[in-house]
Amino acid sequence: MAAAASMMPIFGHQISSKNDLVPDWNREEVSTGTTIMAVEYDGGVVIGADSRTTTGAYIANRVTDKLTRIHDRIYCCRSVLVPLQEDSRVLVQFGFYVELDEPPLVETAANLFRASCYRYREELMAGILVAGWDRRKGGQVYCVPIGGMLVRQPVAVGGSGSTYVYGFMDSNYKPGLNKDQCLELTASALSLAMERDGSSGGVIRLASISEDGVERRVILGDQLPRFSTH
Amino acid sequence: MEKHYTDSKVKGVSTGTTILAAVFDGGVVIGSDSRASIGGDYISSKTMNKVIQVHDRIFCGIAGSLADAQAVTKAAKSHLSFHSVQMESPPLVVAAASVLKDLCYKNKEELQAGFMTAGWDRKKGPQIYVVALGGMLLNQQVTIGGSGSTYIFGYVDAKYKPNMTREECVQFATNALALAMGRDNVSGGVAHLVVITEKEVEHVVVPGDKLPRFHDE
Repeated sequence: MAAAASMMPIFGHQISSKNDLVPDWNREEVSTGTTIMAVEYDGGVVIGADSRTTTGAYIANRVTDKLTRIHDRIYCCRSVLVPLQEDSRVLVQFGFYVELDEPPLVETAANLFRASCYRYREELMAGILVAGWDRRKGGQVYCVPIGGMLVRQPVAVGGSGSTYVYGFMDSNYKPGLNKDQCLELTASALSLAMERDGSSGGVIRLASISEDGVERRVILGDQLPRFSTH
Repeated sequence: MEKHYTDSKVKGVSTGTTILAAVFDGGVVIGSDSRASIGGDYISSKTMNKVIQVHDRIFCGIAGSLADAQAVTKAAKSHLSFHSVQMESPPLVVAAASVLKDLCYKNKEELQAGFMTAGWDRKKGPQIYVVALGGMLLNQQVTIGGSGSTYIFGYVDAKYKPNMTREECVQFATNALALAMGRDNVSGGVAHLVVITEKEVEHVVVPGDKLPRFHDE
């Protein structure tokens, strides 16, 4: 509770009067406090996210799909502090590339996001992970954090829940994992983050992208990886 | 467990820190990093020990404002030594934690420090008590605190098991501290660990270059 109250002034909207008779979800903005993660493996990428969207203390959508399809083999997920109106613009720009003879590169998609995030870095606050497969460089994960930097990383996490799993990710990721190990790592990390972050929860949505296509799966609440509770 | 939004320009030197305590089979490990900084700009000490002894088998990990923590632990230490003379026996860990809790609760307006008390006593064996910022007291099997702790919640949740051996627990604590120091810029230096059992108290220092290294991207 104290954490939520101290986080509100950052967004600039009115500090609620804490009147118990009036529920706060009428006044709060929609927030996608979230946990997102992407991992490269030899031959593709795995991308995953939780499924909770909140307005204040109310969960507006408990089965959100935060994995956005940019193109056949390119997906992105966003953690947004100030809503990104540029999203549709990026997708429209991408339409141009579909006109070419070959599928677009993941790096191109990531660069388009970066260009928007950097140009509007004063107004926007969004962290984006772009993951996909292309013929030139195989599976790639690009991270566009707040401010508009672009960096390729073998494994990346983002969103409000990500802070809790940096240690887990650092200790459990090794180069050379295969697809199933990446899926397990992503599911475990997201599950741990969802346990600790109030803004993340629901189900885990995973997508694995490779030359053969996109394979999507959902891990429901009762099937989430569980760790010893203490 | 508490994220300290300390405005260190007002409060002075703050132990942006990582502290951790875990119970194993027969004892408890309490550990911390060793960096003290002013707002993350200047490191005022590279080798500060944030695990303070308040009695023979009872230690305290501090987080938050260094000045507040030192003042409180000093008062607690003298309370406890007087208490143990009166009772003619070593104090219980819960007694030590309660002393800290009282000080924190009664002065909650002025103080900005959190503690974890770990120790061994004859009544209940190894225990850990957390005294949070406002003066709440909570008994736990494993606990983490300080600014660096947010990064290792996932790791601790996944890796801690009750009834580990002493070696496993020391390795777990060292790994967790190393991971937190790797991500938090105001935690760093060496890892101070204190292993408390019925028989003895052992202070283990793991210097920076001997800390476990994980995949560094």
